[in-house]
Amino acid sequence: MNRIYLLFLLGIILTSNVFAQDLDLLDDDEPTTDYTMATFKTNRVVNGHSIETVAKREFDFKISHRFGFVNGGVYDLFGLDQATMRMGGDFGITDNLNIGIGRSNEAKTYDGFVKYKFLRQATGAKKTPITAAWVSHIGVTTQRWTQPQRENLFSSRLHYTHQLLIARKMTEGLSIQLSPTLVHKNLVDSAQRSNDILSIGIGVRQKLTNRISINGEYFYVVPDQLEQDKINSLSLGFDIETGGHVFQLFFTNAAAPFEKGFITDTKARWLDGDIRFGFNIARIFNF
Amino acid sequence: MRQITIITLATIALFTLALTQHSGGVYKTNTGNISFFSHTPVEDIAAENHKVKTAFSSANGKLQFSVLIKDFEFEKALMQEHFNENYMESTKYPKATFNGIIENINTIKTTTQGIYTAKVSGKLTMKNVTKQVSTTATFTVKKDIVNAKAVFNVNPADYNVKIPKTVINKISDNIKISIDADYAHQH
Repeated sequence: MNRIYLLFLLGIILTSNVFAQDLDLLDDDEPTTDYTMATFKTNRVVNGHSIETVAKREFDFKISHRFGFVNGGVYDLFGLDQATMRMGGDFGITDNLNIGIGRSNEAKTYDGFVKYKFLRQATGAKKTPITAAWVSHIGVTTQRWTQPQRENLFSSRLHYTHQLLIARKMTEGLSIQLSPTLVHKNLVDSAQRSNDILSIGIGVRQKLTNRISINGEYFYVVPDQLEQDKINSLSLGFDIETGGHVFQLFFTNAAAPFEKGFITDTKARWLDGDIRFGFNIARIFNF
Repeated sequence: MRQITIITLATIALFTLALTQHSGGVYKTNTGNISFFSHTPVEDIAAENHKVKTAFSSANGKLQFSVLIKDFEFEKALMQEHFNENYMESTKYPKATFNGIIENINTIKTTTQGIYTAKVSGKLTMKNVTKQVSTTATFTVKKDIVNAKAVFNVNPADYNVKIPKTVINKISDNIKISIDADYAHQH
């Protein structure tokens, strides 16, 4: 018994010695905190925000297009004859605090947002299972009033969206995000409609190669809040990264490239073939 | 009785181990600097790492480095992300290591202040690829520390770093690696 114990002990000493041969002069086993990076390729999953932020003093210029319905056929060149678009950008005040502005031709909407990443996924010495961010948007439609003769308030043009973004890079390739969202419209169609609309976004990213990923995004609006003709938005697409640019090419049933629009104003149904092709081009500039 | 013999033996074994590892003096730092520079007519790329773990033994000339890839800092955050995600795949291969020897350690007197030239060679491992590298280093023995500086070049293709054709003219195939570390004697 004791002999076995001795052999065992000797074994441990010998093996530890063999291992120590490697980098025996260094204390190389000290745990360090390893922050997860690149949960998503860019700061949008497809339509909605991802937990990614642009770095301090960087400006991410974005051009977004959503074309007409693909089922318009050759006559509309599969929807390319029509387009809603947004031009805008995200700016990094710090690595975790971003602001952004944009303008969309959908209802001539200007939008602005503030985004703050307050938790970073990490392994090692400090363990954090998720990355989390908060983003608050304000939008103002600037179309001429449809009934200019009545008293129209500027506040009626405003809408707000608040989102909590929670994401986890599950594996090197797979990332998942949940985005509980509250949209507030100052003006709704009728007194029966609530001004506040609750929804949750689900975003998934799967890398195909180091530079290409497939992305999916679905916004589930809690039932009985919207008009009968409104439907949840679903988008599927690819992120393609080429050095300084990220191209996002996708199919979606949503027309508006801003939060209140694609979450609460989507009418087109995938099942009816009412799908739009769209793209976002992002280019980073350093200051 | 037997148990006492075993414990004694084990203690002796452990002590011998500890002694062989520290005999002659180990010089060490956890804040060494490594920078690299890639020059092409299209773009210059530079990064610095200030958290390099390195040590050498003045007895047997062993010289070792352990470098966390994620600790390389770039001026542009996007470059840093691409470096980790696309080129070095740092989640899969978090460390680069060097395990080598100072060939003329006998001529370097770590107790006498002065400047010494050293021939260094050993195995550099990055992305699971190990290659023999050698260079000339300058050791400067100062009052409390020993500073070591060295420069050598690597070709990313040798270490399984894949560069797409679209950016091939932006990344040099002869990247300059500069090392600068202040070692302190371990007692």
